[in-house]
Amino acid sequence: MTSITKTRPNIDIPPRDLKRSVTNIAMWAVLAGILMWSWEGADMRPMDLWTDAANMSAFAKGFFPPDMHRWPTFMAEMIVTVKIAIWGTALAVVTAIPFGIMSSENIAPFWLVQPVRRLMDAFRAINEIVFAMLFVVAVGLGPFAGVLALWIHTVGVLAKLMSEAVEAIDPEPVEGIRATGGTKLHEIIYGVIPQVMPLWISFSLYRFESNVRSATVLGIVGAGGIGVLLWELIRSFEYAETAAVLIIIVISVTVIDMFSQFLRRLVI
Amino acid sequence: MTSAIQVTNLSKTFRAGSRAVDDVSFSVAPGEMVALIGASGSGKSTLLRHVAGLVEADRDVGEGFVTVDNRRIQDRGKIDPDIRSLRRDIGFIFQQFNLIDRLSVLTNVLCGVLGRAPRWRTTFLWFTREEKRLAMECLARVGISGQAQQRASTLSGGQQQRAAIARALAQKARVVLADEPISSLDPASSKNVMEHLAAINRDDGVTVLVSLHQVDYAIRYCPRTIALRDGKIVFDGSSKKLTRAVLTDLYGDSSIELLGEQHETQDFRPPEHLPETPRLAPEAIPA
Ligand SMILES: Nc1ncnc2c1ncn2[C@@H]1O[C@H](COP(=O)(O)OP(=O)(O)OP(=O)(O)O)[C@@H](O)[C@H]1O
Ligand SMILES: [Mg+2]
Repeated sequence: MTSITKTRPNIDIPPRDLKRSVTNIAMWAVLAGILMWSWEGADMRPMDLWTDAANMSAFAKGFFPPDMHRWPTFMAEMIVTVKIAIWGTALAVVTAIPFGIMSSENIAPFWLVQPVRRLMDAFRAINEIVFAMLFVVAVGLGPFAGVLALWIHTVGVLAKLMSEAVEAIDPEPVEGIRATGGTKLHEIIYGVIPQVMPLWISFSLYRFESNVRSATVLGIVGAGGIGVLLWELIRSFEYAETAAVLIIIVISVTVIDMFSQFLRRLVI
Repeated sequence: MTSAIQVTNLSKTFRAGSRAVDDVSFSVAPGEMVALIGASGSGKSTLLRHVAGLVEADRDVGEGFVTVDNRRIQDRGKIDPDIRSLRRDIGFIFQQFNLIDRLSVLTNVLCGVLGRAPRWRTTFLWFTREEKRLAMECLARVGISGQAQQRASTLSGGQQQRAAIARALAQKARVVLADEPISSLDPASSKNVMEHLAAINRDDGVTVLVSLHQVDYAIRYCPRTIALRDGKIVFDGSSKKLTRAVLTDLYGDSSIELLGEQHETQDFRPPEHLPETPRLAPEAIPA
């Protein structure tokens, strides 16, 4: 230890950068300002948590013990929910591939990239629930409306993720295909897709996980699945059964997440 | 007169004021094996990419005329609209191999038939038995048929470059352009890859234009050398005339880099074993 200290050369520690400190303080001030500005609009009443504590504990008691008697029905609805997510995701993956490629700057021409990207932004900006409400009107109550809602929203999300993967590819193998006399389509199929495949699969599985979660609430607006049941139970104050449904949702979503994460680890 | 490669008054400006290729003209006869040498940044890659129609020449400077096998690749800065079908007859070997890492070696070589096979099949990665046989024969010629099923990324650099040569063979290209095919390889693999290029040239009569960093390889494998400096041709003739004096004369200050791999003796004799070639440290060369 001492020998190290003895031989240590004199190195100056750089002084604090004044400009960076000022920027730091300013950033914190801006953040605090935003939080304060939003306080009123968000109707923040933290004290109510305290004053209504008795009420809330009475409400919470209603959930216990969960009433699992009708679990086969709940489970059947949960499976419908997963099926909605499966089809919504599958259709989205197939559709997102061409849209993703068309919104990649290194593949598609500018005049195509911009409009496709704006369309995808719109798909993404509108929540699944909103699409579900619209499709319930268009195709009637039931799971199919949910599938269509997930499909449209997920296309917007996946096309963006997929195009980001395409824009990060190594251009050299693509040029290798071009040099053999391949067409643009050959360049995409042989040069681009093999490079992005692991990421694309991973993104798709990830979206499937989140679509299962989203599908559990689609039923609230009548677009099928376990949400329908959930909404009915809450409205008729059946909190013990609501608790049972929530438990089934938590278990199913956890199992599916774990399984999908396992698959994702395999492809990457 | 027939020529395998004809370049007439070709210029290319990337940034205003400096030309990467400056009024270059040359012609390569069918069956020749020609080296393209020059210091880093002298325009070798840019010139080769023009010949393959991967880059457009300047529009307003010179004729910018390129033909391969007497077919027009580009003219006055306009690439032929039919370039994709022209490229299938031009093999291109890249410094970084440009294989698709995640596909098998065999599929990579099969990419050589993409320009020829019907599109409806190749879109679905469907190749005939005959095409697969051809690809396997090409792999066997470069000595890596045993690795056909492996992913390209699992091969060594030298093997990858040989797979790239096999891809050009599968194209049945009559002209092969190679852009520094050995500069990321060790001496033994470099020698192996150059032997294969020389064999294609000798046995199949394929015209080869290969850019090289190392002058000793140019002298050893290519009867003729074209030398570039700052985008201009400064030497075009028999490789035998490329003595140290000529090189120093041609390249001036840049000669240090070129001579870095050069043999020490004044009268240059191709070394028997390239790995043992003594190398001259850049500092050791008198200015
Ligand atoms: N796409 C490009 N954009 C701008 N400048 C370029 C581009 N490609 C090449 N250049 C420039 O053109 C000149 C010639 O480059 P080129 O790559 O052809 O040289 P080279 O002889 O192949 O060099 P090296 O031996 O390092 O590969 C260089 O000055 C380079 O910076
Ligand atoms: Mg180069």
